Amino acid sequence: MTERIAQLRAEADAAIAAASTSAELEELRVRYLGRKAELPNILRGIATLAPEERGPTGKAANQARQALDANLAQRAEQLAGGELEEQLRRDVVDVTLPGTPPQSTGHLHLLTATRREIEDVFLGLGFKIAEGPEVETVYYNFDALNHAPTHPARDRQDTFYVDRPEGDVVLRTHTSPMQIRALEAQPPPLYIISPGRVYRRDSDATHTPQFHQIEGLAVDTDITLTDLKGTLLAFARAIFGPDREVRLRPHFFPFTEPSVEVDVSCFMEHEAGGRCRVCKNTGWVEILGSGMVDPNVFSYVSEYGYDAEKVQGFAFGMGIERIAMLKHGVPDLRLLYDNDRRFLEQFG
Amino acid sequence: MKVPVEWLAEYCAPDLPVDELATRLAMTGTEVDRIEHHGVRALEHFVVGKVLVREQHPGADRLSVCVVEVAPGETTQIVCGAPNVAAGQTVAVARPGSIMPDGTKLKQAKLRGQESNGMILAEDELGIGIDHAGTMVLDDGLEVGAPLAGVLPLSTDVLELEITPNRPDCLSVYGVARETHAATGAQLALAPWEDDALGTLRADGSTASDLGVEIVVEATDLCPRFTARAFHDVTIGPSPPWLKARLMACGQRPINNVVDITNYVMLLTGQPMHAFDLDRIAGAKLVVRRATDGEQVVTLDDQERTVDSDVLVIADADGPTSIAGIMGGNRSEVQNDTTSVLMEAANWDAANIHSTSLKLALRSEASARFEKGLAPEQALDGQAVATKLMLELTGATLVPGTIDVGGDGLAHAKHAVIRLRDKKVVGLLGVGITRSESAMHLQRLGFETAERPDGLDVTVPPWRRNDVTREADLIEEVARLHGVNDQLPATLPRRRGAIGVLTPAQRLRRRAEDVLVGRGLLEIVGWSFDSPTRDDRLRLPAGDPRRAHVVIENPMSEDAANMRTTLLGSLLDVARHNAARGQGIPGIFESGRVYLAQAGRTLPHEHHALGALVPGDIFAAKGYLEALLDTLRVTLCVHGSTSEPQPFLHPGRSAAVRVGEELVGWVGDLHPLVAADWDLAGVAAFEINLDAVVAAARLVPDYEDLTSFPELREDIAIVVGANVPAATVLETVRAAGGKLLARAEVFDVYRGEQIAAGRTSLAIALTFRARDRTLTDEDVAPVREKIVRRLGEQLGGELRG
Repeated sequence: MTERIAQLRAEADAAIAAASTSAELEELRVRYLGRKAELPNILRGIATLAPEERGPTGKAANQARQALDANLAQRAEQLAGGELEEQLRRDVVDVTLPGTPPQSTGHLHLLTATRREIEDVFLGLGFKIAEGPEVETVYYNFDALNHAPTHPARDRQDTFYVDRPEGDVVLRTHTSPMQIRALEAQPPPLYIISPGRVYRRDSDATHTPQFHQIEGLAVDTDITLTDLKGTLLAFARAIFGPDREVRLRPHFFPFTEPSVEVDVSCFMEHEAGGRCRVCKNTGWVEILGSGMVDPNVFSYVSEYGYDAEKVQGFAFGMGIERIAMLKHGVPDLRLLYDNDRRFLEQFG
Repeated sequence: MKVPVEWLAEYCAPDLPVDELATRLAMTGTEVDRIEHHGVRALEHFVVGKVLVREQHPGADRLSVCVVEVAPGETTQIVCGAPNVAAGQTVAVARPGSIMPDGTKLKQAKLRGQESNGMILAEDELGIGIDHAGTMVLDDGLEVGAPLAGVLPLSTDVLELEITPNRPDCLSVYGVARETHAATGAQLALAPWEDDALGTLRADGSTASDLGVEIVVEATDLCPRFTARAFHDVTIGPSPPWLKARLMACGQRPINNVVDITNYVMLLTGQPMHAFDLDRIAGAKLVVRRATDGEQVVTLDDQERTVDSDVLVIADADGPTSIAGIMGGNRSEVQNDTTSVLMEAANWDAANIHSTSLKLALRSEASARFEKGLAPEQALDGQAVATKLMLELTGATLVPGTIDVGGDGLAHAKHAVIRLRDKKVVGLLGVGITRSESAMHLQRLGFETAERPDGLDVTVPPWRRNDVTREADLIEEVARLHGVNDQLPATLPRRRGAIGVLTPAQRLRRRAEDVLVGRGLLEIVGWSFDSPTRDDRLRLPAGDPRRAHVVIENPMSEDAANMRTTLLGSLLDVARHNAARGQGIPGIFESGRVYLAQAGRTLPHEHHALGALVPGDIFAAKGYLEALLDTLRVTLCVHGSTSEPQPFLHPGRSAAVRVGEELVGWVGDLHPLVAADWDLAGVAAFEINLDAVVAAARLVPDYEDLTSFPELREDIAIVVGANVPAATVLETVRAAGGKLLARAEVFDVYRGEQIAAGRTSLAIALTFRARDRTLTDEDVAPVREKIVRRLGEQLGGELRG
C-alpha cells in the first residue's frame, strides 16, 4: 500500500509541476485530494486494513497529503503571480485618451463670487452684514442722507420712482439707506457692511439700470480718517494683492464730511510703451467713494442714541460689478446680465 | 468746467507743468477729467507777415498768389483762397511745419501748379473765432516776422474740471484760481472786480429813473437780489480775438461783443449776466414775478415754452420776456442794431431754478450755476467786470448809477463764524495739524481766522456760505489742502467687541446656493425689472397675488416697468437666451429678491427667493429641491398641486412645496404652453421662498446615536391602487411602524403585466432601529405584520407575491 502512496505522490508531484494554469491546478487538487480521490479514500479506509498496516499506511498517506497540499499551494502562488503579470500586460490602455467626465460642477455667478469674497474680507475685519429693502422711501434714500432738496440724484431722469400718488418711494439708488437703518437698529459701536442690488436710470457699456453695491459703516467714539484709510488698505490688499497701495482724493458726497474717493494702485503688469486697459497708465484705479459720516446724518438718528459730539465714524460704498470687472478683465457690464453659459462657466 | 490755463495764469500761475498742476488739483479735491490742448502747436512757425504782392492765380478763379514778407527781408510765395486778401495787409502766417488745431502739419505744397509755402490764416483756422469769411487782417503796426503767439492767443492747455455740486464758486476761472492758490501756494492776483478802475460805481445810491427803466421785484422770496446798469452808444460788432479765443477755449461760440461779454463775465466770475436791448423793453419797466398758468415765453433758442405759477419770469409791458435765471427771451435780446443795453446781474432761489429747469427740460450755463446756489454779493462783482468790458469793447457810455433791488442789507450782513477746535481736527482725522497750518489753508481759500484759546474762529466768505456751515466742513477744507493722502497713516479701528460673523440666515443662504452649484447648476443673476406682459404669458389669473407688482413710474422702457414677483421669468429668459445660441438648456438657478406690493403699506413685501430651471421632468427638479432642503435639514412636504395649482405648471406633473404647514413654493414640469412661449420644451422648475425655508432650518442638530446598535433592514413590495400617492402609503407605513421604524423609503415603482391593471407596486425599504439594543427578527416581525395589515385595511394594499 505504501508503494501505491509513493506512486500517487510522485504522479501528483509531476502533474502539479507541469500544470500551467490555476484552473488546471484546481483540477489536480480535485483529482488527488478531492472527495472521490484515491489518497483520501486510503485515509478513510485505514480502519479496514490489517492492524500492522494501519500505522505505516496512515503515516505515509498523511505525509503524502500534507506534501501535496503544500505543493499545490506553492504552485498556485507561482501560477497566480504569473497570471497577474499577464493580466496587467493585457490591461494596458492609451493613457493619453481624455478622462471620463464626472457630473459637471456648477458655478456661482461672478457677482455672487465677488460679493462673497468682499464680504469675507470685512467679516475678518469685524464687520457684520446687514440687509435691507431695495424698494425704499425717499426719506432713507435721500433725506436722511443729507441730500439737498435740489440734489441732482433726486431727478426723475436719474432715479426710478415707484408709481404712488405720494411720490415718496424709489428703487434705492445706493446701499447707503442701510446706514440709517443700521443706526436706527443698534446703538454704537457699530461695524456693518451692507451688500445689495441698487438701481439708476442709466444704460451703456459701463452702466446698467440695476447693479450691486457694498456699503460699509463703522461708528464708535474714536473712529478717524486714518482708520478709514487702514481699513480700505486692508480691503484693497485682500482683493487686489498684497503689494497694493491706496490713495485718498478729496471729493464731495452729501452724507460724508470730509469725503474722499479712493484709488488702488494698478494691479496689472505694465509693458513698456503699452497702454494699460485698467489704469490708462496713471498707475491708479478708482474703486470707491467714502468719508467720515456727516454730523447731519447723526442728527437724523439722534433719538436712537447718536450724538455727533460723542460719536463719529466712517462710511464707504463700492460697486461689486466694478470690482469684478477690474479684477477679471470683463470689458462690458452687460455681459454680467446676459447669463450666457459660456460666460457663467468661466467664474465662481 | 473748462479752464484755459492761459486765462487761469492771469490770476494764479503756479510754476508747475500742467500735468503736475492737474494732479495737485485732483489731490486737493478738484477733479481733473482730462487736459486738452486748444489751438495750434509748433508755435515757432506762426509769424506776423505782410502781403507785398497779390496776383490772380493763373489756373483758378478763386485763388490768389501772394508774395508775403515773413521775416525782415525774407519773402515767400503763398497761395490764398480768401476773397479779401490784398497787397499791403498785415496778416497771420503759418509757415511749413506748423501744426493746426486739428493736428494736421503744414507742408510746402503746389496748388494748381503754383508753389505755396504756408497759409495766410483766417481766425477759424486758428481756433480763435468762427469767422471763415476771409483773411484775418492784423494791426499795421506789428513787426513783420514777429512771433504770432505774442499777438494772438494761439495756444493753451485747457483743464477740464469736474466741479462737485457743493462748489458753484469753482464754476469760474477766478474761483479755480483761488483754489489753485490754496492748492499750490502760488500767488493769487486781485479779483478782476477789485481791479476795476470803475469800482467807484459800486454801491452808487442812484435811483431807478436815472436808467430810463423801472425794475419791480414782486417775487422777493425767489429773487434775493436784482441789479442792473444801463449803457448807451453801444456799437454791436465782433469781439476782439483774445476774448473770442478764450470763449472758444472754454467751448463757447462767440456771437457779438455784448453777448460775448455776458458769457465772458460769467466764465470769469461765476455770475451769470443777461443783456437786454434797452429800447426793446416794452413800457420801460421790468417786473420780476411768478408767471400765470399757461403763459407763453419764446426763449433765445426760438422755442415757445408754456410756463406756470411756479416759474419765475421777467416781464415787460408785453408780457414775459425771460425765464428768470435760465434763459432770456428773443423779444428783448440784443440785435445788430442795438445801441442801448440794460445789463442784468441777479440772484435767484436755487431750488426754484432747479425745479423750473427740470420741469421745462431747459438747462443753461446760467441755470447750472444758479441751481447750486450763488451768493447775492456776486451780482455786483459781475456788473463791475461787465462795465469795464462794455466801455472798452463796445464804445458804450455808462449811465451813472446802479439799480440794486435787495442789495441794501448785504454790505452789513453778518457772515457766519464757526469755531474750529484743535482737538476736533485731530480727533476726526487721526493726525495733528497745527493751528497755524489750518489758518494758512483757510485764509488762502478766503476765510478769515482769529485765534481763540482752543482753536480758531473762522469767518466764512459769501461764496462758501451754503457749503461751509459747520466745524466738520472746516475740517474738510483743512484736511484736503493739508493732504488727506500723503500725510495720513493707515490705522485700523479698535472695534471694541465687534465680531464679524454671518447670521444663521446668511450662512444657510450661502449653503443653499453651494448645494446647487455642487450638483452642477449654474447661478444666474436676472433683472429685477419685469414686463407688464409677463403675467399673461405665465397665465396668472386675475387676482393672483403675483400680479401685485411694484410699478415704476419712469421705467427705462415700458417692458421693464414692473418689479418681478417671481424668479421664473428671469429663469425662462436665460434658458431661452442660451438655447437660442446653441448652448442647450443648462441647469440654472437664481437666488434673489422678489417684490410684492402690499395694499395700504408704503413699502412692498420683499423676500429672498431661490428658483431653478433644469432640463428634464418634475423629478429632475425635485431631486435638486430635495438635495437643497436636505442640506438645510428642512423636512420637505410635497403635495400634488390639485389644491393649489400653479397656472404656469403642468397640472398633473406639479406640486406644492410645504415646510410644516406653510406653503413655501412649487415644483413641476412647465406647462407646455408656457414652455412653448419661451421656445423651450422638456424643462422643469421650482421656486421657494428661501427666507421661509431658512427660518425652518435646523441650524444646530442634536447628536443621535446611530452606531452603538446596528439597524435592521427589510424590503417589502406592496400593491395599491394606482391613484394612491406614495406619500400616503409612506404615512400609513410610518404610523404603523411605531417607535422601532426609523425610516421608510420608496425605492422602486412598478406598473405592468405582472400585476393587475389599475394597480401599482411600490417597493419600500424599511429600516428598524432601537436605541438600547440590537434588534432581532422576533422584534421586527410583528411590526412588519402590523404595517402590512394596516396597508391592507386602510389603502387596500396587498403584499406582492
